[in-house]
Amino acid sequence: MNLDSKIPAGPLEEKWQRHKNELKLVSPANKRKFKVLVVGTGLAGASAAATLAELGYNVHVFTYHDSPRRAHSIAAQGGINAAKNYPNDGDSVWRLFYDTIKGGDFRSREANVYRLAEVSVNIIDQCVAQGVPFAREYSGYLDNRSFGGAQVSRTFYARGQTGQQLLLGAYQALMRMVDARRITLWTREEMLDLVVIDGHAKGIITRNLVTGEIRRHAGDAVLLCTGGYSNVFFLSTNAKNSNVTAIYRAYKRGAGFANPCFTQIHPTCIPPSGEYQSKLTLMSESLRNDGRIWVPKNAGDRRPPNEIPEEERDYYLERLYPSYGNLSPRDIASRAAKRVCDEGRGVGPGGLGVYLDFSDAIKRLGRDVIEQRYGNLFEMYERITGENPYEVPMRIYPAPHYTMGGLWVDYNLMSTIPGLHVLGEANFSDHGANRLGASALMQGLADGYFIIPYTLGHYLASHPKMEVTTDHPEFQRVEEEARARLERLVAAKGRRTVMSFHRELGKLMWDYCGMSRTADGLRTALERIPALRAEFWENVHVSGSGEELNQNLEYAGRVADFLEFAELMCLDALQREESCGGHFREEYQTPDGEALRNDNDFAYVAVWEYTGPDLPPRLHKEPLVFENVKLTVRSYK
Amino acid sequence: MKLTLHIWRQAGPNVAGRFETYQLDDVSPHMSFLEMLDVLNERLIAEGKEPVAFEHDCREGICGSCGMVINGRPHGPRKRTTACQLHMRMFRDGDELWIEPWRARAFPVLKDLIVDRSAFDRIIAAGGYISCHTGGVPDANAIPVPKPAADRAFDAAACIGCGACVAACPNASAMLFVAAKVAHLGSLPQGQPERYRRVRRMVEAMESEGFGHCSNHYECEAACPKGISVEYIAQLNRDLRRAALVGEEVLP
Ligand SMILES: Cc1cc2nc3c(=O)[nH]c(=O)nc-3n(C[C@H](O)[C@H](O)[C@H](O)COP(=O)(O)OP(=O)(O)OC[C@H]3O[C@@H](n4cnc5c(N)ncnc54)[C@H](O)[C@@H]3O)c2cc1C
Ligand code: FES
Repeated sequence: MNLDSKIPAGPLEEKWQRHKNELKLVSPANKRKFKVLVVGTGLAGASAAATLAELGYNVHVFTYHDSPRRAHSIAAQGGINAAKNYPNDGDSVWRLFYDTIKGGDFRSREANVYRLAEVSVNIIDQCVAQGVPFAREYSGYLDNRSFGGAQVSRTFYARGQTGQQLLLGAYQALMRMVDARRITLWTREEMLDLVVIDGHAKGIITRNLVTGEIRRHAGDAVLLCTGGYSNVFFLSTNAKNSNVTAIYRAYKRGAGFANPCFTQIHPTCIPPSGEYQSKLTLMSESLRNDGRIWVPKNAGDRRPPNEIPEEERDYYLERLYPSYGNLSPRDIASRAAKRVCDEGRGVGPGGLGVYLDFSDAIKRLGRDVIEQRYGNLFEMYERITGENPYEVPMRIYPAPHYTMGGLWVDYNLMSTIPGLHVLGEANFSDHGANRLGASALMQGLADGYFIIPYTLGHYLASHPKMEVTTDHPEFQRVEEEARARLERLVAAKGRRTVMSFHRELGKLMWDYCGMSRTADGLRTALERIPALRAEFWENVHVSGSGEELNQNLEYAGRVADFLEFAELMCLDALQREESCGGHFREEYQTPDGEALRNDNDFAYVAVWEYTGPDLPPRLHKEPLVFENVKLTVRSYK
Repeated sequence: MKLTLHIWRQAGPNVAGRFETYQLDDVSPHMSFLEMLDVLNERLIAEGKEPVAFEHDCREGICGSCGMVINGRPHGPRKRTTACQLHMRMFRDGDELWIEPWRARAFPVLKDLIVDRSAFDRIIAAGGYISCHTGGVPDANAIPVPKPAADRAFDAAACIGCGACVAACPNASAMLFVAAKVAHLGSLPQGQPERYRRVRRMVEAMESEGFGHCSNHYECEAACPKGISVEYIAQLNRDLRRAALVGEEVLP
């Protein structure tokens, strides 16, 4: 497996500009001869598709949703970072770069992260020009707020619905290109597999979710913008349909999978309320700007929160991490919450919760200001729990939220399969072992608006154009495999529902590959996952047939892939014998319980290669070289 | 609590549908409405029956996927709440619930509670955007937007495209949906150059998709889970009249 990261030479600050100057171009007249298949219409996919179509490429876009506007990006709440330094509080491209690389616990590439910080400023310009209604001050200028892991205010936001507004901007740009007939839109069309011909990604196999028709699509390049895989845990903050299939299938066709075990557990989610729980709801990190997190000082204190006097409360984040306090990064805040709950100081049902308390902020700023800032989040909390957070503190608990791991890509966002590019949460590129808040939206749009439009042209111009049609025998073969899988699922007619398997897998992953991990636990999981998978194929019951709208069958296909992928995650977590960012191995911690990184042995990207059914995947390593930052212990104290 | 559910079952777009009745005995008041349907579906699958097809994704009231009429009201009894954000504590033990899909000519039923809302996408494609391409735009703070205008734009932009407005309207009009986008972009300085072209093209698209006309029933506002105001419809009408006068020209 060739892991040439193609990082351009030269000083960090000049790499991207120089690279752009050196990339090959496709002439305007030739662009329309190239057909580009874009899978996914989240921030990454929609921005890429719109921009490539504007440039003149013949773009085909696929999504399993009924409309591109439903992609999971729509649910992002808090905001998007950019090094604009409008508040004049000392921000800069360098500082955003440094915060991000440190936030990722020094497990990402310097050059990628620097480029991300560099183009962040263009993103805001672009979105404003499209009409994204960001929050403004009375002057008419843009407002900012702060997010975890930063000491400056660089987060742009649109109330608590930033993802929605950014996605609508990109979606509208995409629909404009549909109207101009530069984009062919395939909705309710799920990618089942990737077609690789002569070593290049040349097409995909899809299933139409209304008719069940299986179709072949050939193209000159494929872009996967298919989002993250937190739903491997069953309960997560992701939308119910988010899944790993597209990137996992690509992995099985030869794309390296990088750092699969790097998952982010978000500290502020609404705790589950019962067995029927279907997903978890995030309460945006922005709430930590004004909310204070605490638990009772004494274990087993069951008094209602307002009866617990100030001196018997432990504002543990402010106590443990005084310089960042309630705005400590996510991995740190999540683990701290787990620790206090493990000590028996958790609140609410089962002791799985901590308070997020706004009473001080309401006293200081007034209820109106708090309502202006977080009204919709408070409303959402009240709907779900039946409690009024203006009067009783919120109860929150960590939940799986984001996956830093994903398909390995080089500096050009190309995977180890030439022609297969991966954007947004689906790739592994910029967040290392932990992502800072408000930087996923930034990355998705950076990839789609400002990076792929340059690098894709370079790929297309560097290889002789291969005329591939869907009659190629490889299309035939891959289609038959996809069809056979679906038929097997429908034919199993066992006794357990798909959801029961997903739930069981999720619990296993949460227990053994969740917020803290041990070698023993991971080995247990590695024994139990194959057994569960075997039972799945024997005993799953999928209703209906493949020739109709069948949500149960769609779900079964996705869970089948999670059941394989989960094993890869555990293998990765097992080999990484250190703690870093969201990956916490109990064996590797400092005396006061902080993550103990091992830069000598583990400063690398772990890239897994598929070697065949029932064979162990092969591990490759891309060493991470740091020329501009000093690797330090990540302290937020 | 115990509930009786009458759910619209329809196998496909071109076949007749009917209500079927199901009994649920063990509904927790903390469940969401969709979790209640999950429980029913798990049971149906275990019994070898077809689960109820319904659309959903974020379950946070933002993606606009979920949509069903519950006891005659789009998204159910709670104001400004999508079906996925509705919780069972809104109902009482022994309640009987009638659950059916959006009903509108422009939203054909695909299966059970799932309808085809792609007409909305086509309306947006007709003009629901600002035609700037990527790159070559001014610095974000070079376009100051007075806060009231920004807030107004935001309130309109909060539309989630669920279609409840159409389902609620006796004429199955999409006027609130169109007006929200027209108002969002038309409230901003960036949206001015295409203001009249946009409104004209979007309204034309709406009509050609088979949505009805607005005759001021205002059921749409009452059903909208995001509380989008019918005032925007008045603005749309003003813009449309102006567009008829000035064509697509935008005068300073
Ligand atoms: C609740 C929540 C709040 C968040 N808040 C923030 C925030 O405030 N700031 C921030 O920076 N980040 C936030 N994030 C993270 C951020 O929203 C996501 O990482 C980001 O939006 C992912 O965008 P994407 O384009 O990569 O993928 P997505 O938006 O997930 O889009 C995936 C697309 O791929 C399609 N797709 C997937 N598989 C297939 C297939 N097999 N066939 C066809 N189509 C397929 C889907 O239909 C969809 O269109 C939040 C995440 C969550 C869960
Ligand atoms: S499921 Fe997304 S709005 Fe209801």
